[in-house]
Amino acid sequence: MTATATPLGGRPSARTLRARASVGLVAAVLVTVVLVPLLFPLDEQAVDMANKLQAPSLTHPFGTDDVGRDVLLRCVYGLRVSLLVGVVAALAATFIGTAVGAAAGAAGGRTDRLVMRVVDVFSSVPHLLLGIFIVAMFRPGVWPVVISVGLTHWLSTARIVRAEVLSLRSRPFIDAAVSGGASRWRVGVRHLLPGVLPQAGLAAVLMVPHAIWHESALSFLGLGLPTHKASLGNMIQDARGTLLAGDWWPTLFPGLFIIVPTLAIAGLAGVWRERINPRRRSELML
Amino acid sequence: MRDGGRRRLAAPVARLVGRRLLASVPVLAAVTFGVFAVAAASPFDPVQQYAGSAGLSASQETLDQLRQNLGVDGPFPVRWWDWLTGALSGDLGDSTALRQPVADVIGERLGWSVLLCAAGFAFALLAGTVLGVAAARRRGGMLDRVVTSVSYTLEAAPPFWLGLLGIWFFALQLGVLPAGGLTDTGSDTVTAGSLLRHLALPALVLGISQVPWFLLYVRQGVADALEEDAVRGARARGLAERTVLLGHALRSGLLPVLTLVGSRVPELITGALLVETVFSWPGIASATVEAATATDFPLLAALTTLATVAVLAGNLLSDLLYGLADPRVALEEM
Repeated sequence: MTATATPLGGRPSARTLRARASVGLVAAVLVTVVLVPLLFPLDEQAVDMANKLQAPSLTHPFGTDDVGRDVLLRCVYGLRVSLLVGVVAALAATFIGTAVGAAAGAAGGRTDRLVMRVVDVFSSVPHLLLGIFIVAMFRPGVWPVVISVGLTHWLSTARIVRAEVLSLRSRPFIDAAVSGGASRWRVGVRHLLPGVLPQAGLAAVLMVPHAIWHESALSFLGLGLPTHKASLGNMIQDARGTLLAGDWWPTLFPGLFIIVPTLAIAGLAGVWRERINPRRRSELML
Repeated sequence: MRDGGRRRLAAPVARLVGRRLLASVPVLAAVTFGVFAVAAASPFDPVQQYAGSAGLSASQETLDQLRQNLGVDGPFPVRWWDWLTGALSGDLGDSTALRQPVADVIGERLGWSVLLCAAGFAFALLAGTVLGVAAARRRGGMLDRVVTSVSYTLEAAPPFWLGLLGIWFFALQLGVLPAGGLTDTGSDTVTAGSLLRHLALPALVLGISQVPWFLLYVRQGVADALEEDAVRGARARGLAERTVLLGHALRSGLLPVLTLVGSRVPELITGALLVETVFSWPGIASATVEAATATDFPLLAALTTLATVAVLAGNLLSDLLYGLADPRVALEEM
């Protein structure tokens, strides 16, 4: 039985509906960020003062900002940049976390204890603060942001992968492989790695919203992507003056563009979690 | 009996605190060393920063002299050690952006941050408990579904965005609360009334960003507790629903969550970094952001260390509460 099966026929359960909704939303987000830039190119330097600060209407569904740029189009571009930074940073974090966690779990003993102490040291500095510090020292830009998010988010993956490797190590099939003469490397790559990949993959998916969140927080603080770049955090930062004049739309919509993909990805991860671990009925987790 | 119990607890608590203080020494040493290592690896040069545009025309000799005067001529492990020994005697260096000793910056601003975090966290605990219990009473009901959906949405929402929407609504539309700062325009004195009005909105936003976590835990804990035998027994004895809910289910459902409170320090610091910046709150977190924007290394190094100390203290508090709340846990083993 799969997680999306309908119990005893009839109407789909709330869980099934939620699964379908999150899969549909994630698909819609991906299609949007890929297709829209192909159809509607954005000139990041262009301004249109004649149309500045127009309230949402049919021609500009999300209104225009203080220099007349369409908020909807910039939101889509911003989401694209945030997603790209988020995915790359999440992949980097997952790679570091899987490598460190697998190495610690497979080596065991003193190496394991030492590595886990390092993980403890990293986790005793708040992530955003560490990210701010790294970006501050290396000047804001796309790569410092990716590096700072990647370097601060591998800890949970490392813990998960290590625990998984430790539990796999004591299973009979590993003993069988070892007594069959498999090398340490072969046991690691052929037997341990496939076992931890589903967990690591799930951690990577759940990492993407975190990475987006951090990227937009850094950009909002002026420590993220270059200010002319349409990123969701930059847009909210740019709109601060506009907001104080009472015009809410340049602030509201970029925020919604952070929330909706986050919920969709979290929902998707929930479905995935139930599939790889069907006994534990989980709820949406962020 | 009671006194005896307390005395039996005092020694293990003291030993746990002592062990943690010892364990925090290598952690703090590693964090500060890491901070200096990152700075050494970065393109940032304190001499160029100090000299500004004059550095472009200055002779190499002058620059070397300046490097020596600033105490940044040695390799970074030496500078780290100098900083560490200085820090232990209370000298954290001078902030380059705020042009005053780092220790003074912390002294002036720490209190405001603690006040903001305490007020926000108190709100989160109160709202989380009330809404969590209300949602747990009938799981899957209308109220439960609304409360949980709003929680997930709020958890995904960036606090700075919530803060801006709060300013728009409360300060601009309703005009009931100030948009930021600590004092009214044209006034420098902090009175209790103006402090409360300026504190309300930032604390509310910081609190709201912490509510979902707490609420979902309370909801889970109370809902599980409602299915325990003790609760079924209380119901069977005909106790009022109110007594069952607040006396039995809330007590056993809330306790495990309360012990996790200390472990929320990192999230609280993250929230404060964003909320203080949005509301121009004169706390330590907004100083951190200013320091980062101006690449003020002495201030950043001190504040990163301070945050680490706060996180370690929070973890210790969590473990202490956990050990004290649950008699099955031996403090000796933590």
